[in-house]
Amino acid sequence: MLPILAALALTLTVSPALAGENERVPPVTHAATLKECGECHMAFQPALLPAESWSRIMDGLRDHFGDDAGLPDDVAADIRAYLVGHAGRGDGRLMRITEQRWFEREHRFRDDVRKNPDIRSKANCEACHRDAARGRYEDD
Amino acid sequence: MKTVIPLAALAAVSFAHPAPAEGPRDAILAAYAAAAAAESPSFAGFSAERGRALYLGPHTGGKPETPACATCHTPDPRARGRHVGTGRGIEPMAVSASPTRFTDAADVEKRFSRDCPAVLGRPCSAAEKGDVITWLAQQ
Ligand code: HEC
Ligand code: HEC
Repeated sequence: MLPILAALALTLTVSPALAGENERVPPVTHAATLKECGECHMAFQPALLPAESWSRIMDGLRDHFGDDAGLPDDVAADIRAYLVGHAGRGDGRLMRITEQRWFEREHRFRDDVRKNPDIRSKANCEACHRDAARGRYEDD
Repeated sequence: MKTVIPLAALAAVSFAHPAPAEGPRDAILAAYAAAAAAESPSFAGFSAERGRALYLGPHTGGKPETPACATCHTPDPRARGRHVGTGRGIEPMAVSASPTRFTDAADVEKRFSRDCPAVLGRPCSAAEKGDVITWLAQQ
């Protein structure tokens, strides 16, 4: 953990205007979402994306960023309703949290973030935010 | 002597009722064995050795970034793994390290149905699934 943070101090700048606004995001409370969407990465909180983005994601689970995340129709409908019903704001044309403008403002990743074996992906929120699964993104 | 008696009693009890996870795991293996026999008349039981070979690979035909189960789960199934795409940690696959592995039939089937195409470029046969579980249950 410590070496990662040390590296980050050099590679990220925080926009003071936004700092604080997104520190706490309501945690996921829906059991099916936690189980099915928390297998390959943490179950992202619904407020991290707008409703349209969640709809697009739920429309394409069979080819989900290169993985097959397909689910039975009833389970998928249940999860969709939860995510869309608790969605946040942002650009609905973008499916990724990590491409949303607020995210890019908060994070300036070095190009080699994928090669860091402890991080691998910008979407690996937990690698840097220890309590991300509980919706806490304040300094840590 | 005082401690010996309860211990013996305990042993007898646990002999009669195997650890809770074994029942479901045995049932899953039995179902795969039945399916394997139906798939191939020459099926003669699962092989831990074949399971190990499948797990370690490397294979071609699947996604280039995942040539083996071991890519994400590490070559040592008792170690924690990491999803190559998302970076998320994965609990060990070895039953000794993760006692609840292979105890929920629907979850087991879901994982194989996703991960076999990623590694092999095709679904796993029932025999292959049983081989892998057999090997990991011994680790
Ligand atoms: C089989 C594995 C798997 C499952 C199950 C899965 N995902 Fe993903 N997800 C991925 C992968 C792989 C990525 C891409 C990670 C990357 O490129 O960094 C991803 C990325 C995402 C992203 C974009 C992250 C970013 O870059 O901002 C979202 C949002 C997402 N998943 C939502 C979901 C939802 C909702 C579910 C449940 C319906 C789900 N995922 C289930 C594998 C999975
Ligand atoms: C490589 C490390 C890293 C990854 C991966 C990462 N973050 Fe961050 N994030 C940071 C750092 C460093 C900051 C700025 C310091 C701070 O405010 O905590 C930050 C800031 C934030 C903030 C603003 C916090 C505030 O105080 O206002 C949010 C919200 C956030 N990240 C969410 C996410 C989400 C969601 C993900 C995954 C999709 C993610 N981060 C992935 C390192 C990371």
